[in-house]
Amino acid sequence: MPAGEEISTVFGVPVQALFGQVLIGLINGAFYAMLSLGLSVIFGLLNIINFAHGALYMTGAFAAYFLLQWAGLGYWWSLLLAGYWWSLLLAPIAVGLLGVVLEKTMLKRLYHLDHLYGLLLTFGIALIIQGGFRNEFGSSGLPYAIPSQLTGGYNLGFMFLPTYRAWVVVFSIVVCVGTWVVIERTRLGAYLRAATENPTLVRAFGINVPRMITLTYGFGVALAGLAGVLAAPIYQVNPLMGADLIIVVFAVVVIGGMGSIMGSIVTGFTLGIVEGFTKVFYPEASNTVIFVIMALVLLVRPAGLFGRTA
Amino acid sequence: MLITRVLVLTIALIAATATAHAQISDGIVKIGVMNDQSGTYADITGPGSTTAARLAVEDFGAAKKGLKVEIVVADHLNKPDVGSSIARQWYDAEKVDVIVDVPTSSVALAINQITRDKGKAFLVSGAATSDLTGKACSPNTIHWTYDTWALANGTGSAIVKTGGDTWFFLTADYAFGHALERDTEAVVVKNGGKVLGKVRHPFPTADFSSFLLQAQASKAKIIGLANAGADTTNAIKQGAEFGIVKGGQQFAGLLVFISDVHALSLEKANGLVLTEAFYWDLNDKTRAWSKRFAEKQHGAMPTMVQAGVYSAVLHYLKAVEALKSDDGTKVIAKMKEMPTDDPLFGKGVVRADGRKIHPMYLFEVKKPAEAKGPWDYYKVRATIPAEQAFRPLDQGECPLVKK
Repeated sequence: MPAGEEISTVFGVPVQALFGQVLIGLINGAFYAMLSLGLSVIFGLLNIINFAHGALYMTGAFAAYFLLQWAGLGYWWSLLLAGYWWSLLLAPIAVGLLGVVLEKTMLKRLYHLDHLYGLLLTFGIALIIQGGFRNEFGSSGLPYAIPSQLTGGYNLGFMFLPTYRAWVVVFSIVVCVGTWVVIERTRLGAYLRAATENPTLVRAFGINVPRMITLTYGFGVALAGLAGVLAAPIYQVNPLMGADLIIVVFAVVVIGGMGSIMGSIVTGFTLGIVEGFTKVFYPEASNTVIFVIMALVLLVRPAGLFGRTA
Repeated sequence: MLITRVLVLTIALIAATATAHAQISDGIVKIGVMNDQSGTYADITGPGSTTAARLAVEDFGAAKKGLKVEIVVADHLNKPDVGSSIARQWYDAEKVDVIVDVPTSSVALAINQITRDKGKAFLVSGAATSDLTGKACSPNTIHWTYDTWALANGTGSAIVKTGGDTWFFLTADYAFGHALERDTEAVVVKNGGKVLGKVRHPFPTADFSSFLLQAQASKAKIIGLANAGADTTNAIKQGAEFGIVKGGQQFAGLLVFISDVHALSLEKANGLVLTEAFYWDLNDKTRAWSKRFAEKQHGAMPTMVQAGVYSAVLHYLKAVEALKSDDGTKVIAKMKEMPTDDPLFGKGVVRADGRKIHPMYLFEVKKPAEAKGPWDYYKVRATIPAEQAFRPLDQGECPLVKK
């Protein structure tokens, strides 16, 4: 055996295989990032711990499924092929509108109360949405095919990269960076940040703060809906798909620092990679590693890696 | 004098009725259906199993025979601690006489022990581990529908015999997955195959991409899925994305239910070879019963677990009737003594180790073009006779079996 080959292993795992795992980690991280980003926006600007986020992510996937079904059943056959692209556009809007309704009718009444009330309300909403879908569609999930334009994949030498996964990473990076730019670098973002610091003063400048808050919540959950559409072709469209994910995503938000936009993006991708490595070296722990990291981070930096201490 | 005689008579009467009643505890046979009502196994077991138990009570004609039967239901969330505390509550406070179904092997093993301690009865349909009739066998438990040994024996040997001689396992990391992996590995090795590697994934897992890459790198011909429900469907679905089958590897779904095939759709599932104890479209009797079942279950056809619940409850009630008692240990003994007969599994017996035996079927999932209607998913590749379908009585290390 040539010497070079002996060196290219890490703890018995070939380096080439690890490249693959980094990439896979990035893909999963993309979902963490998009979901935790929405949570961060909502918490940062509204002070609501949105436990309904997982259920809304699931609703996004179902919205994609319905759109495809309806389009497929309809006479406009061209929509059948384009079903996924329509879903990508319409499903987040639908979920966002659902969010606006939730905010207008319920969440709005809780802003002056303790965080715990918002948490309980959104948790209850999540259970209702999930229970309703489960009752109607069962727990095995519904099939959703990868859109024909994105099937297939590339052989990268060290791994086979499905085209669809590449698309997910690229698309979510664009969405994450776009959101960060809007909030941190534009006038609209400045209004938003100002409104959370001092709503009364911002209102005095003639800005409709309640409407802005409603739209922010709508945008935050639309991100969850968007992640749901992206997830639909990868996983089964399943009423329970958000329930397990939401806990991990909350851990990501806590590690990144509650309310920190950049924190949740960077932490989302990083933890995806860490999890990917765990799946190679000690797969049994791959569902707990994120919580171990959370505990360690909380011990050292209680406000999270990117959080500001109040 | 008269008063004394009346008194004596009355007391005798009371005593007589009291003993007559004492046969059936509190006058009611109480059946507890415990399974996953809301999680990943809910379509396989769940509310469908409750419906199956109700149909069994109805078909037994309990009301006409003057037997009061009540069904209670609980969700164990696939957690052994939750399942154990419900079982204790049921046995101690709520006078439940028998627990049925209980998927998730870790939960079933816990309730197996509790039932034995309390002298009640336990009819397992949902759980898979063959340890329930092996090391952990109990005079209070019958394992009804299938087990990991039968699955390995069916699917595992069929695949090795058709050339799939190198394996890589994706195993759910708990009692069930470990048992299924162990029993399949034994079959693979016995038939001259080799296991190249295995990875144990947390239960449940949504994303299998990392594990699939490892399986791909192993170059094994067969990727054995020692998991169930959403874990299996997600692995197969994502496997298609990573070009597993195109790359020349095959999946072996070691435990695939009809609900999983339905969720995957025939486009993704066609060609899968799997072992089950029941299929709705086997004969006129199974079709008639499944139609009744589907009417109560949003049109979903029964899984083998749900069919097994029906069959088990029916046989249990027959034994209670014959014995005129619902004493757990005695009823289980009676159930082993009486031959079984029902429209879904035909004639069968319950062995000394608590294993109910009946034929198992090796099915192949149809291609989309072959399906004539909804739920038309399987074609029978082979029927494994009852005597060969399950682990031989003397190989299970069950202490109840006299050597």
